[in-house]
This record gives sequence, C-alpha cells and structure tokens, in this order.
Amino acid sequence: MAYIPLVLLVAVIAWFVAAYNKLVRFRNQIRNAWHQIDVQLKRRYDLIPNLVEVVKDYMAYEQETLTKVIEARGAALSAKGPAAQAKAEGLLTETLKSLFAVVEKYPELKANQNVASLQEELTGTENKISFARQFYNDSVMTYNNAIQSIPTNSIASFFNFAQEAYFETEPESRSVPKASLR
Amino acid sequence: MISGIAPACPKCGGVNRPGADVCYLCREPLMAHPGPATLPPSPPPGGNALVDGSPPPAEARPALRPIPMLLFTEAARHNVRMSALLFVLLFVVFFLLGTAIGGAYGDPGTGLGLSFVLYAILGATAYFSGSSIVLSIHGAREAGGEEHRQLRNVVEEMAIAAGVPPPKVYVIPTGGMNAFAAGRRPEEACVAVTTGLLDRLNREELQGVVAHELAHIKSRDTLYNVCAAVLVGAVALLSDMFLRGTLWGRRGRTAGERSGGGRGGNAAFFVLALLLAVLAPLAARILQMSISRQREYHADAAAAGFTRNPLGLASALAKITAGGARVPGENRGTQHLFIINPLRVFDADSSALMSTHPPTGERIQRLRAMGGVAAGD
Repeated sequence: MAYIPLVLLVAVIAWFVAAYNKLVRFRNQIRNAWHQIDVQLKRRYDLIPNLVEVVKDYMAYEQETLTKVIEARGAALSAKGPAAQAKAEGLLTETLKSLFAVVEKYPELKANQNVASLQEELTGTENKISFARQFYNDSVMTYNNAIQSIPTNSIASFFNFAQEAYFETEPESRSVPKASLR
Repeated sequence: MISGIAPACPKCGGVNRPGADVCYLCREPLMAHPGPATLPPSPPPGGNALVDGSPPPAEARPALRPIPMLLFTEAARHNVRMSALLFVLLFVVFFLLGTAIGGAYGDPGTGLGLSFVLYAILGATAYFSGSSIVLSIHGAREAGGEEHRQLRNVVEEMAIAAGVPPPKVYVIPTGGMNAFAAGRRPEEACVAVTTGLLDRLNREELQGVVAHELAHIKSRDTLYNVCAAVLVGAVALLSDMFLRGTLWGRRGRTAGERSGGGRGGNAAFFVLALLLAVLAPLAARILQMSISRQREYHADAAAAGFTRNPLGLASALAKITAGGARVPGENRGTQHLFIINPLRVFDADSSALMSTHPPTGERIQRLRAMGGVAAGD
C-alpha cells in the first residue's frame, strides 16, 4: 500500500516528460517546415534563369513577359521581411503563370523537350512551395492546439512555449472568392 | 421482402445489391423497393456505422444520413480507432486459442507462453525479410529516367505535404492501373505505380493516388499489414497443429495423462480448444480483412488531407475501376497492398466479409462528400 503514492508520482513525472517532449517535437517540426519552404523557394529562383535562357530565342515578341519574370525574381530575392517577401513571391508566381500562358501560344516551344521538362520542374516546385506552406500551417495548428488545450497548456505556459503564427497569403489574393460569396 | 434481382440505378447505371433502397454510387432512390429498409444479404463491412447496410428510405432519412460531409481529420481519427480496436481483438483471439490449446494438454500458462514465442519468431522473420520481395514479385523497377520526372515530382510534393521523407519510386511496366506502398518505416519506404496508371491519369489524379500511398506509409499501415498477416498465419498454424495432434496423437497422450491425473479439467479445455481451433482461423481472417478495409478508408481520408483535393483521388478511383487494375504477379498474399484490389476489380461482391478493400463506389462517395459534393449530384 505504501507504494501507491510512489507509483502515482512516477506516473505523473512520466506524463510530464512525455508532454514536454511532445511540445518540443512539434515546435521543431514547425521550424523544419519553415526551412522546407525556403528550400523550395531557392529552387524556384535557380530554375527561372534556365527557363528564360531556353525560351528567349523563340519569344522575340514577348520580351516584356520575360523581363517581368526576371524583375519579379529579383524583387523576391531582395525582399526584406516576411510580409514583403510573401507579396513578392506571390507576384513572381503570377508572372510565371503568364509566361506559361505565352508558351502555350508557340507550338515549336511546347514541343521543345527542354522547355517541357523545365515547365514540369517549375510546376512541381510551385506545388512543393504550396504543399510546404500547407504542411507548415498544419504543424502550427497541431502545436497551437497542444499548447492551448488542457492539460498541456500548463506545461506550455510554465516553459514559455509561445504560439506560432500561420503563414498567410496577401489579402489581395483572397479578395476574389470573398467577393463572390457577398 | 428481399427480391432476387440486382437493381440497376436509373441515374448512373450502377448495379446494386438486391434489396437496396438507394443506389450505392449516387444515392439515387431505386424505384423497385418502396418498403422500409431491408437487410442486405451480406453484413456490413467492418462494423463501421457509416457503411451500415442499406440506408433508410429517403423520407425517413435524417439530415445527416446518406453520408455526412466528412472532415478528413475526423474520418482519419475514426478509422484509426476502429482498426486499433480490431487489432486488439485479433490478438485476443490468438491468445485465447493458445491458452485453450495449452489447457487441453494440462497447462494453459505454457500454451500462452508458447503462442507468444511463435508469434515473435514469425513476426521477426516477416519484419526483416523486407519489402524487396514484394517489389520483385510484381516486377517493379526504379523510376529513374526523364519520362518519370513527373511521377518523381508528384511523389516529392506529396511527401512534403505528408511531412515524411520522400520514398523510393518504382514503376511496374504493365497496362493495368494500380499502385502500392511497402516498407516497415517511413524512412525506408517505397511507392510503386504501374505505367498504365501513369499513362491514363492526369496530374491531379496521380497526386491523389500517390497521396493515398503516402498515407499508408505515414500511418505505418505497411507495418500493420505485416503484423496482421503474421497473426492470422500464426492462428492458422496453431489450429492446424492442434487439430492434427488430436487426430493422430491422441491415444498415446491420454495414457500418459491418465497416470498424471487431472483429466476432468482438461476435458472442458479440450472441447474449447477444439471449437476455437475450428473457428479462430476464420474469425482471424475476417478481422484482418476488416482492418484492411478500415485502413483503406483512413488512407483515402488522409490523402484528401494532403492534397486538399478529395475529388482528384475520387476520379482516379473511378478511372481505375473502369480501366482495370490487373498487375503482373498478382496473388492473394499481396492483394491487400494495392490501392484497388487487383483480384477483385468488380464491385459486385467486394462488400463481402472477406474482401480486403471497401467497395470502390463507397470510397468514391465518401471522397466526394469530403470534397463538398452532395450525395446524388
């Protein structure tokens, strides 16, 4: 009978350690997810000059589209702060879309193997960027759920686990579907 | 009350079970059955409340009935709970059998211990034999070339969405449309896709299929499958050994036991063991199959969570059912690994107790419900 308090104490300590470690794991997952986004963004910066190099000979009359892409890439690279960077990245995505739309108009360009594989590579990278952001937000949600809900919130507040912020798209890109819903 | 004919849906042409009130594919009411809900001839798969037989008639249906709008996180959690429960049941069957057989020979404790040792040996063999066997059975080759760049990209995308390390990518050169995942841990997993699937699915649908496979990897269903298969095999082995022992070796042993005494207690155990030895393999197999069906629903729901696009996978499943899912080297040992069972492509009997996958129509409908498509649309 004398063992009962001891067993209870061990159980409480074990729970405490497990819960603390869970919070640490979630927080590190968020950091890792954030870096994953950066990796994919960097890959996109590296791919764009290759694509521009391949298509520029065909697109004598579309110089404006190409310069826009290059400018947007430069702006995204030099953007300072998360908000400015998110805006610049969004702009770069838009200009790439218009570039792909232009490629559709040139049959010999579409048939070019290099262009096709670069296009697939960029599509894949765009998807990876958005899935990495999705995973980041999912990780933030799991973590924030954990530090706000009973009983782990006591550990979180004691060890100063702060809430993490979600990745948000710039307001302009959200306004269109909102308008259609009144 | 149950009519013998299988009614075809007037709206989508899907062939339904006799006695069904609404189409299993599109939930269109079937005219021929105005009466109250009749029991389907086969019991519902997996005991899942959502697949519970044929739904009540349209006017009596509560607002949430055909299939409620599913949140993928909720669906995933539900399926995990169900399959954990079934797995525990499978273990209970196994140890009951071991104890009863031990009891029949005079010592329940030893029976329990020996059955555990048997499970450990079989499990270790299966665990360390690796997934390379499965890959070679089906003739899978590593997807290296330029022509598989899109597949590799899609796998990497979904690995990022799922938060697992990117698995190795394999291609099975065949016209049939199918895919499977293998590997005991996410770090050493692999995904194999047939060339028929690559040729006929668009990028969105391919994403759905790959996401389904990554869901299997992330929730360690591949390991789960191995454990379940080993349990079922061990139950069959124990029953077999016991039944053969009683048939061929009974007489000599009774003489020895008589001198040791304690015959009366053993007789009850003996009847129990005999009963279990006959029933347990069957029960274990049914449990294994219903676990497998639960995991398929779970992987579908998780895939919807990864792609945020349940309709891609839904349309891929529809295309696979229409196009055929045959794979070289298909066999009963690996049928449960695939996204659609290659041995049972036709839906008619796949709601049976012994099938590894839920009916594809039901899977498609659940995915559509997650995608915000109301039943019957």
